[in-house]
Amino acid sequence: MAAKKIAEKDYDDIPGTYVFDADRSRQGYHLNMFCMSLMKAENRKAFKADEAKYLDQFPLTPDQREAILKRQYNRMLELGGNIYFTAKLGATDGHPFQHLAAVMTGSTQQDYADLMLRGGRNVEGNRSRSGKYAKAGSSIVKESKPKSSKGKQRRG
Amino acid sequence: MARIIAGVTSSHVPAIGAAIDNHRTGEPYWQRVFEGFERSKEWIAKAKPDVVIGVYNDHASAFSVEIIPTFALGTAAEFPIADEGWGPRPVPAVKGHPELAAHIAQSVILDEFDLTLCNKMEVDHGLTVPLNLMFGTPKEWPCPVIPLAVNVVQYPPPTGNRCYMLGKAIRRAVESYPEDLKVVIFGTGGMSHQISGQRAGLINSKFDHAFLDNLTKNPKKLTRLSHLELMREAGAEGVEMVMWLIMRGALDDKVDEVYRFYTVPASNTAVGHIILANRVKSSKKSAGKKAPAKLKRAAARQKIQRIRS
Repeated sequence: MAAKKIAEKDYDDIPGTYVFDADRSRQGYHLNMFCMSLMKAENRKAFKADEAKYLDQFPLTPDQREAILKRQYNRMLELGGNIYFTAKLGATDGHPFQHLAAVMTGSTQQDYADLMLRGGRNVEGNRSRSGKYAKAGSSIVKESKPKSSKGKQRRG
Repeated sequence: MARIIAGVTSSHVPAIGAAIDNHRTGEPYWQRVFEGFERSKEWIAKAKPDVVIGVYNDHASAFSVEIIPTFALGTAAEFPIADEGWGPRPVPAVKGHPELAAHIAQSVILDEFDLTLCNKMEVDHGLTVPLNLMFGTPKEWPCPVIPLAVNVVQYPPPTGNRCYMLGKAIRRAVESYPEDLKVVIFGTGGMSHQISGQRAGLINSKFDHAFLDNLTKNPKKLTRLSHLELMREAGAEGVEMVMWLIMRGALDDKVDEVYRFYTVPASNTAVGHIILANRVKSSKKSAGKKAPAKLKRAAARQKIQRIRS
């Protein structure tokens, strides 16, 4: 039963989201290990000096290699990258994280920063690819219904 | 006997660490965040824990994709600060409490939680940012810290219920340690945020407030949240709020909410913070009557002080 649940990958219904599961972890292993190597100052230096040559050390797929060289951050996630790893590439480039977020959301850094200041991206309309869970809401949030009586009275 | 006197949860946004390290805490954007922790700093200075158990997640610093432990307890005497791509944060190394950590390891594993034990581990912003928020920027952290790293990077993280039960096992472990120690447990991460993909920037304040309310009063409800619901409602990375349930599990069922703070945003994240204190058993009689909320808070503070003496 549990196996069936895993095969379904119910989380793939969440739009604009690449859940980093064991399959993606395996697929992106070398991409992520490349990012991991950037935790050392000397490696950051070597990478910056000659990116293509540095990448030769890692058995990446041509797609992964291209995504790294072109800094295609969503594509990296699609190909098994994980954001905590790819963020190290952004850091190596000297970018603040919001630059990466802007790239991933197809926005400018300023617009993205403004979006956050306005309270962030609304969950409404961003719940479900299929539409099946568009109105799912949350089991812990009491949706405010027309105020006829005090909400807490139900308990008493 | 050692005992857990209180639990603290806090976001561990890396940009908060960067604001501290680059002396930008006075900027209006960051002031809003740091002001929210002023009272918390006062509280913990009075509470004076002998040990902090810091529940956090590693962000591809100590653990890569080579080895992914679900629960990793730091049993070392010292934990160096990781270089996360900008050089290590200029904060003091984290000193551990190897004796208590070893005791917790033994107790919790025999209690059927199969921890990974780390005699060598670097720690990243996940642990050090909450230490800054609670203790400021001292030359040395004021007490030993036992790190407990939880995998929330590769799906699936442990369930909320498993985390809550682990908290209970940690409490049993602490309470069977013979030395008189006051322990505060930190749960870190969250609140709602998504930092990956086209949906990055997601914030769900309604969900966050409900989570905070339930954390104090009805944590069992939170243990039933599925990962799917957490990710859908609170963002793919918001799933890390399961770590808060380890903190909550380690406390009494009924606790006093000493303090709460919530603000949006810090960089890409909703910052949530709460302090929950165990009630002192001996003062039960006097605390029997219902007190107004304000007095309750004051009473909670006093109780903490009483523990000290």
